[in-house]
Amino acid sequence: MDTSTKPTAVAVSRIALTVNGQSRQLELDPRTSLLDALREHLHLTGTKKGCDHGQCGACTVLINGRRINSCLTLAVMHDDDDIVTIEGLSAPEALHPLQAAFIERDAFQCGYCTPGQICSAVGMLAEAKAGWPSHVTPDVGSGQIVLSDAEIRERMSGNICRCAAYPNIVAAIRDVAGGASR
Amino acid sequence: MKPFTYERVTDPQAAGAAVSRAGARFISGGTNLLDLMKLEIEQPTHLVDISRLPLKQVEDLPDGGIRIGAQAANSEVAADHRVRGRYPALAEALLAGASSQLRNKASIGGNLLQRTRCPYFYDTAAACNKRTPGTGCAALRGFNRIHAILGASDACIATHPSDMAVVMSALEAQIELLAPDQSTRRVAIDDFYCRPGSTPHIETVLQPGEMITAVVLPPPPPGRQRYRKVRDRASYEFALISVAVIIATDRETITTARVAFGCVAHKPWRSIDTEAALKGRPATLTTYQAAAEAAMRSAVGRGHNDFKIELAKRTLCRTLADTVQLESGRPS
Repeated sequence: MDTSTKPTAVAVSRIALTVNGQSRQLELDPRTSLLDALREHLHLTGTKKGCDHGQCGACTVLINGRRINSCLTLAVMHDDDDIVTIEGLSAPEALHPLQAAFIERDAFQCGYCTPGQICSAVGMLAEAKAGWPSHVTPDVGSGQIVLSDAEIRERMSGNICRCAAYPNIVAAIRDVAGGASR
Repeated sequence: MKPFTYERVTDPQAAGAAVSRAGARFISGGTNLLDLMKLEIEQPTHLVDISRLPLKQVEDLPDGGIRIGAQAANSEVAADHRVRGRYPALAEALLAGASSQLRNKASIGGNLLQRTRCPYFYDTAAACNKRTPGTGCAALRGFNRIHAILGASDACIATHPSDMAVVMSALEAQIELLAPDQSTRRVAIDDFYCRPGSTPHIETVLQPGEMITAVVLPPPPPGRQRYRKVRDRASYEFALISVAVIIATDRETITTARVAFGCVAHKPWRSIDTEAALKGRPATLTTYQAAAEAAMRSAVGRGHNDFKIELAKRTLCRTLADTVQLESGRPS
């Protein structure tokens, strides 16, 4: 990474972002959030800007397999990282199981939060598979995680749905997680 | 957001020199700093990215304690089997904070240094001695429902919002620091944070260029641990009151107790008075209520937050009762 400090108003950083398996070269103002780099520079507009303050989850993407808020990080901090957005989860003719489940369960109304919900759920299922506890796990010492509806709701609390499609979002995730309603 | 230049350091010993220029700040997870920069409450002109420093490990120590690297993510520490097994209240506190996305990004060092969520600190049109020293405190006569009831001053009634730091206080954590001259020191967490006094903009004893490298936890004290957080919604919300309790009993007598409160003061609030009111006493509601009175003896409400005094007492009693029940039912 090269950081220019020439005496112009705005320094420009040259970085390479690996997005959905492709390396992309960018020259960015260091202030550019990862979210704005994805949407405004790489034209990957599937990732949505809601609050731009880490409160709504619409901008959720996966970095090295972990879900994060792309609005609250700088693009320059993520060169060499493996970034996956909603566009990278599947091909149109072969939906990711969570995408198919969201359609099957009608887990959205306006759809604006949906890319973030789905990327978040991908990360969430990986966390549960790794045995990570949550705030509602009865015993944090236990390595066994059962994805009850309460667990899914708690683990997805960083994703707001203003249309309140929550019951169907939980159902869609439950379908993919393989659990029964409880 | 104001313009800034950016550099990344890969060697902890280079961090101090990099951050010595005027207007420079460290950035790690960025989940609090970038939010404040967007609002121009924080206006660094140079950012030194320390997020890739090799300070991400949780290590066992010979004395039975652990050392948590400052760059470890909150979520990774909450999931660590040693933390879950020996310091379960720390895992509970980490999991009670923020959202999964934020916990995956936020570092342990950054969690310690996060700023208050006082709405007047965030409102750049309002008076705030913490944001702009000398301008006054709009919260004193404003909407102060979430504000401090202990250790506050007429200059500032903001609270420290961390869940994690409350349990670290009960665990008597030591904060490990690295200075630009490469000297290191350890500061007890209770000494790390300052009371607001007349200088609420000074929140910790960190010196210019000093960087948190780790949090060292002594071996866990005997007994059961519990962190309880009371808030306006069930998830993804800051606490109104929280309490960390570590308590051991022998035949229904309390043998040792540690108590710390969160969101009651400018710093995580370890309460030695409460602990003294518990130790050697029978594990009964009468004891808990007396301890709660001791905990809140010097509490001062500011109007909208008067309810927090009673809420803190009840939260303590309930948490003590639950923890003792667990402790006597399943000795650790």
